[in-house]
Amino acid sequence: MANVSIFPAPGPIGQAEFEANRRALERDRRAETRMRINLTLPALLVVFVLMVCPILWLLSLSVVAGDGRLSLENYALFFSEQVYVEMFLKTFMIAFVVTVICVFLGYPVAYLLAILPPAWSGVLMLAVLVPFWTSGLVRTFSWLIILQRNGIVNKSLVWLGVIDKPISLVHNMTGTVIGMVHIMVPFLILPLYASMKAIDGNLMRAGANLGSSPTHAFFRIFLPLSMPGLVAGMIMVFVMCLGFYITPAILGGGKIKMIAQRIEESISLYPTWGPAAALAVLLLLMTAVCLFVSLKLVRWLAAGR
Amino acid sequence: MESYVSHRDRLWLYIFVGLVIFYLVVPMLIVIPVSFSSTTAMTFPPRGWSLRWYEAFFGEQKWIGSLWVSLRVATLTMIVTTLAGVAASYALHQSSFRLSETIRATLISPLAVPSILIGVGIFFVYARIGGLLNTTAGLVLGHSVVALPFVMLTMSAGFSSFDMSQEMVARSLGANRFKAFVTVTLPQVKFSVATSMLLSFLVSFDELIISLMVASGPMSTLSRVTFATLRDDVDPTLAAVSTLMLIVTSVPPLLLHLYASRVRARNGRNAG
Repeated sequence: MANVSIFPAPGPIGQAEFEANRRALERDRRAETRMRINLTLPALLVVFVLMVCPILWLLSLSVVAGDGRLSLENYALFFSEQVYVEMFLKTFMIAFVVTVICVFLGYPVAYLLAILPPAWSGVLMLAVLVPFWTSGLVRTFSWLIILQRNGIVNKSLVWLGVIDKPISLVHNMTGTVIGMVHIMVPFLILPLYASMKAIDGNLMRAGANLGSSPTHAFFRIFLPLSMPGLVAGMIMVFVMCLGFYITPAILGGGKIKMIAQRIEESISLYPTWGPAAALAVLLLLMTAVCLFVSLKLVRWLAAGR
Repeated sequence: MESYVSHRDRLWLYIFVGLVIFYLVVPMLIVIPVSFSSTTAMTFPPRGWSLRWYEAFFGEQKWIGSLWVSLRVATLTMIVTTLAGVAASYALHQSSFRLSETIRATLISPLAVPSILIGVGIFFVYARIGGLLNTTAGLVLGHSVVALPFVMLTMSAGFSSFDMSQEMVARSLGANRFKAFVTVTLPQVKFSVATSMLLSFLVSFDELIISLMVASGPMSTLSRVTFATLRDDVDPTLAAVSTLMLIVTSVPPLLLHLYASRVRARNGRNAG
């Protein structure tokens, strides 16, 4: 495009010149495309060699049995051994509970963010973003201090007379869920807020004009319109929970085993990489299915009205 | 969006959101007072005050060594990812060749893949080809995979308001491609480049899973040592480490965010 010549043609140009021009432009366009592709190569190479290829390799490793034959025995392991069945159920259950609590806590925050005047919502946004930026390890450690046997929560509950003696809040399911919700809530709020921000406020006022109470208008107008963002945020949280590692490993105290920890353990547990690879493939498959469903659902919700 | 509901009608909403924000912000700050405790008991409030846990951190090879590893790896990851990411997003901006959307999706995809999967994959590759386990290069390449999507997203947003024809004008006036990029394009996206650098540094500094899979011993990163200490023998030095990590991971983005909103507000006023 850069070499377009603009000299005035003396009279109508001949077929030969026209052809030459066309070819030059075509050559130029191809050179531009080639240069652009070359510029993406370093980044592509990193992602290809360290993510795409290893995942394909994991796929192939997962269908090779201990003796080197092609078989599905690595996958059969997950259905025959009770430990794995329980681990899958527990992973799904934790992901589900965390997602539900995140919706309960996050929806009002996103709603307030969307309706506050800009100065106030800016401050509230910071209160969501600062924890979001902070290291997950630091936040997990804080919960360990707060929830421990003689920690501040237990002390307060005893002082208030709610309980007689300290209860276990960490190294179990309770601690894991509290810590995971803390990390996941911003991931629900941010996409939800983005979709709420796009809702036209006039619709709510029109509803009020036509005699709808604020509550009624919220449930009939605002809630349905915020559904695409809510679904996107929920699936995001659910998927991230499925593959989560740090918090369950620390606040679960070795008792709560989710898929990610199983994958890590399987590498040293079994003589071959097959079982770990099969687990990894299953996790990938579940993630892909969730994301695909989310994409379809969000499109359907956005187009349906 | 303005509303027609009074503040008093919404009181319950303010209270509830206040509690959620309390839950989000206050607990993570508890590491700060605990890190200045004078006793080994990690209780709040501490019984006495001292700097002994900071002395322990800066005096122990385990901590200080891993801090250097983390800083080195994060700096190199920042350089690699920003260079590769800026080049790629520049090339993909306003481009219409057949593969461009596929390339963009590929470069952002690590964001959607659980990091344990990326970690296991990288471990298998390194274990097979050898020479990259327990090396700075191995850590930097691994971290680059997960940091790249952040640079791509930031730079795409930065380029989105940039019109390529400006660069073409510069080139038609005699600048070569590189000079046109450096003098015309780069100054207009410098803020996004700075954000990309910060994000890629922080992603690497905070990354745990890949570090856990590909490097141990003297090549352990700070996050790995912190995680191992947390899991196996909790000791109050962790509170000092956590306070330092809290500052490193939350203050720079906060400053950048505040600066960006001020710039936006100023531009908004000028435009309006």
